[in-house]
Amino acid sequence: MSIRHGLLALLERGPRYGSQLRTEFESRTGSTWPLNVGQVYTTLSRLERDGLVVQDGEDDQGHALYSISDDGRTELRAWFETPVDRSSPPRDELAIKLAMAVGAPGVDIRAVIQSQRHHTVKAMQDYTRLKAQALTDVPANRDEVAWLLVLEQLIFQAEAEARWLDHCESRLVRLAEAAATEPEASTPSRAAARTTSRPRARR
Amino acid sequence: MSPHVPSPAAPPLPVDAPVLELRDLTRTHGTGIAEVHALRGINLAVHPGELVAVMGPSGSGKSTLLTLAGGLDTATGGQIIIEGQDISTLGRKGLAALRRRSVGYVFQDYNLIPALTAAENIALPRELDGVSVRKARKEARASLEEMNLLDVADRFPDEMSGGQQQRVAIARALVGDRRLVLADEPTGALDSETGEAVLALLRNRCDQGAAGVMVTHEPRYAAWADRVVFLRDGSIVDQTLSAGADSLLVAGSAE
Repeated sequence: MSIRHGLLALLERGPRYGSQLRTEFESRTGSTWPLNVGQVYTTLSRLERDGLVVQDGEDDQGHALYSISDDGRTELRAWFETPVDRSSPPRDELAIKLAMAVGAPGVDIRAVIQSQRHHTVKAMQDYTRLKAQALTDVPANRDEVAWLLVLEQLIFQAEAEARWLDHCESRLVRLAEAAATEPEASTPSRAAARTTSRPRARR
Repeated sequence: MSPHVPSPAAPPLPVDAPVLELRDLTRTHGTGIAEVHALRGINLAVHPGELVAVMGPSGSGKSTLLTLAGGLDTATGGQIIIEGQDISTLGRKGLAALRRRSVGYVFQDYNLIPALTAAENIALPRELDGVSVRKARKEARASLEEMNLLDVADRFPDEMSGGQQQRVAIARALVGDRRLVLADEPTGALDSETGEAVLALLRNRCDQGAAGVMVTHEPRYAAWADRVVFLRDGSIVDQTLSAGADSLLVAGSAE
């Protein structure tokens, strides 16, 4: 899981204590996925249980320090070398919502699409403004470079969603038109085709 | 984990009078049974400093809106007001002068004059407007310098990359006192990195006080705008707001 490996990656640069890991995780990802200290300590104790980190004394202020173990390094290498699994995609609420909106009584699916498009494009505007700010100066350190990559990932994901929404809308319009021009006296195969083109836009 | 991103500084709300205003604008082609409503009562105001993106499926009226706003086509009804002037009250000559002085047009295929260098292309509209050749060329070089394009000043269009040509076209669109730039799919022929450079330049010109309207079907480029207007079947069906008012993003960090 990403927090585990994220913490291991930070610990590879030297011993650290919990709230320090949290701060570094957040500055690397621009606070996009905020962590609380509790999550950090829970994750650290699991990593310790699994032998991937060890407690390593205290710093001057008495913070308990953690170090990555050799097994932890092996685990981290394996993480970088293994692609993120895409074979069982996470549930996507929007995809489920549109699937349920097809033919749902009293639901204007094009309105559902437009309200999502508004929201998605608005998010892209905000991300793009942040990106333009991030690009005013050449990124100076690895945190700034990492944040830019995360930000651009958000933009690309939102873009994919916006494009998919455009596609859904034109698909529905085409299907509705095809259904509308179908002759009344249809052959059995046509009738079958019509039932398969059942998802139609409700205007 | 769902993403949590700090809200960007919201752009200031426009306070100046709009550079471009469309009031109940309609455009109909054909009559009777063949009548096609390309635009059905569009209201839109674009202020100095504002970049507006117009999105919509093909046939939704995006390009019609832009050609009307630029005075390249005549409306069936409604008003087009550019810098306070209703363009229907201007004669042919007056309209041509207003277009030359106030409106810059950027096309997908750049439309630079092949026989002129980059600097000459930019200087041309000013020269047509009666500015001395020397002054116009000086202005052109200054605007190229401002855009970090001085190295292409003496190149002909076929000696420049697509991205360079489009940036020169934007320089030409906004040379002199012109404050309205209308861009029709300005990134259409460019790869994504070059397209982004063109958008960054357009954004920058608007940040410096120009008003821009850009037609695009690319959400990634539309996202550079302050406001995104969605057209469908000749009507504005929705738009995002300029300022951070309807921002979905949580301000500050996660605390």
